[in-house]
Amino acid sequence: MSSQTLQSGTGKHSGPPTGTPATPKPRRVRRLPGAGTVGRYAALAVAAALTLGPVLWTLSTSLRTPSESFNLPPSFLPINADFTAYQEVFKQINVGLLVLNSALVTGLIAFGQMASATLAGYAFARLDFRGKNAIFSLVLATMMVPVQVTIVPVFMLIRGMGLSDTLLALILPAIPTAFGTFLMRQYFLGLPNDFAEAAALDGAGPWRIFRSVYVPLAVPGMAIVGILAFNFHWNEFFRPLILTISEQNFTLPLGLVTLQGNLGTGSISVVLAGVILSMLPALVVFIFGQRTLREGLTAGASK
Amino acid sequence: MTTNSTVPRQTAKPPAVHRSFVERWLARIFLAPTVLGMALFTFLPIIASLVLAFFRWDIISAPQFVGFANFASLAQDPTVRVSFLNTIVFVAVAVILQLGIALCLASMLQARMPSWLRVFLRSTFFFPLVLSAASVSIFMRYMFNEQFGVVNWLLSLVGIPVVPWLTSPAASATVVVLVYVWQNFGFSFLLFLGALSNIPKELHEAANLDGATGWKQFSNVTLPLISPTVLVASVMAIISALQVFDQPYVLTNGGPGDSTRTAVMVIFESAFQQLEFGKASAIGLVLTVLILAVTALQFRLSRRFVFYQ
Repeated sequence: MSSQTLQSGTGKHSGPPTGTPATPKPRRVRRLPGAGTVGRYAALAVAAALTLGPVLWTLSTSLRTPSESFNLPPSFLPINADFTAYQEVFKQINVGLLVLNSALVTGLIAFGQMASATLAGYAFARLDFRGKNAIFSLVLATMMVPVQVTIVPVFMLIRGMGLSDTLLALILPAIPTAFGTFLMRQYFLGLPNDFAEAAALDGAGPWRIFRSVYVPLAVPGMAIVGILAFNFHWNEFFRPLILTISEQNFTLPLGLVTLQGNLGTGSISVVLAGVILSMLPALVVFIFGQRTLREGLTAGASK
Repeated sequence: MTTNSTVPRQTAKPPAVHRSFVERWLARIFLAPTVLGMALFTFLPIIASLVLAFFRWDIISAPQFVGFANFASLAQDPTVRVSFLNTIVFVAVAVILQLGIALCLASMLQARMPSWLRVFLRSTFFFPLVLSAASVSIFMRYMFNEQFGVVNWLLSLVGIPVVPWLTSPAASATVVVLVYVWQNFGFSFLLFLGALSNIPKELHEAANLDGATGWKQFSNVTLPLISPTVLVASVMAIISALQVFDQPYVLTNGGPGDSTRTAVMVIFESAFQQLEFGKASAIGLVLTVLILAVTALQFRLSRRFVFYQ
């Protein structure tokens, strides 16, 4: 980190460095960064390097030829990038099928969660029925149950339904979502009541009020549920490991771990090329939906 | 909306009794996917797990009632005992590291700095959260490789001899913790960042005027104000660390020996490799009880120690 950055942190930006010789501003001279500031920036720089370093190493190693990918010292800047590893990973595993499986599973879970959570969240927030609080508490209680406890009976149930080793085995159990329902309920509670009253005066029934008034207003909340579902299930490993058996039903993380097992330490760059490919959708979400994702992730803490 | 303007508004509104009838049915239909889905895929499995924990069953032969034998074997089976011990040590170390790093970084980000830098740092620390734990473990396994791993190479630059990261018990447990914390500190960081930015500026200014700066201000002003978040972040971190699986499975597969085997790995292995479904259920129930205990503790502690504004 250059001293330029350090100074701009404490003082205001002056004009461009070219032009008339800068008249020294007494204020700026007085407020040189202290030892605390330098230490803070150093710590932040180290933390940022340790966070990004492994990802950059992965990217740069994936761009080396398979045979030299384990040479040391590692090259962090592959000047002549080599895409052999990317071609090779398509030969080693059926990347297209893995991506398709992951996209189908993740997409249908996200869509199913958005739909079911919107319906249930609306019922809990804005409809009157008996036993509302009791049912809502039961729904919330399921958040306390770790997936590892229910996985054995779910595995049996899936077998009983004749769905073992299908993508539906991954999709169906993941659609009911306690957290999504909770989020959508909060969202609907936060919307004003006036719209419903006005629509009711105009003769709209409960369904019309839901469909035409509240669903359009709830789209940002649904986006949070969808993005959270995408982020979680695109990266999911434990359930696919148990619920899928044949390679044609594998999702990306499972396919990559299998590839690493098959290739061992022979062609690092091939495996890492697969890892980088699998990160791309997450990167897109990170760039375009970071705010939504942050809101969703931290929403659970502010109950 | 097609409202006939000639019809008086009063008559357009259906009678209250009819409305509540429609609403009740609408609520039932709206709840059906979620509630029936949970009944089938969560409540039924919990009950099945509770029952299964008292049976010996390998899917092939008929289940056999064994009473508390599955639970008793948990205390005797050395693999299960070690895995629970590993899990508890892992949770303690990983959660303290995760919260400590997150709190330090979040408070450093409160200082004055250009906004592009703050956005860049926030995105950076948050980034590992969007990756898959399995993929992260794949590349970390290469980085921590004893011979050609980049970690040992970097350490050799500062004169540290080769560390057998994935082949010695203590070192591989360290790797699992490091990889887990690398990926998860960003979550606690986000929680702390939100809490810190909600503290009114005047409080810090008042503390400055009173001469409370640095650590004194942090421990006497900042920490009490964010204590509700610290508690929530700790509980969430503990609950998710108790369920650690992907990292040890991919990095070390529990080894060397049982040194990085965790409770969830034993559930997985008992059920799907040794076909001891009763034993797997029993371990799962013990894990659930641990998670419920942590949650219950949260409610008790929040009444005693947490300072609410």
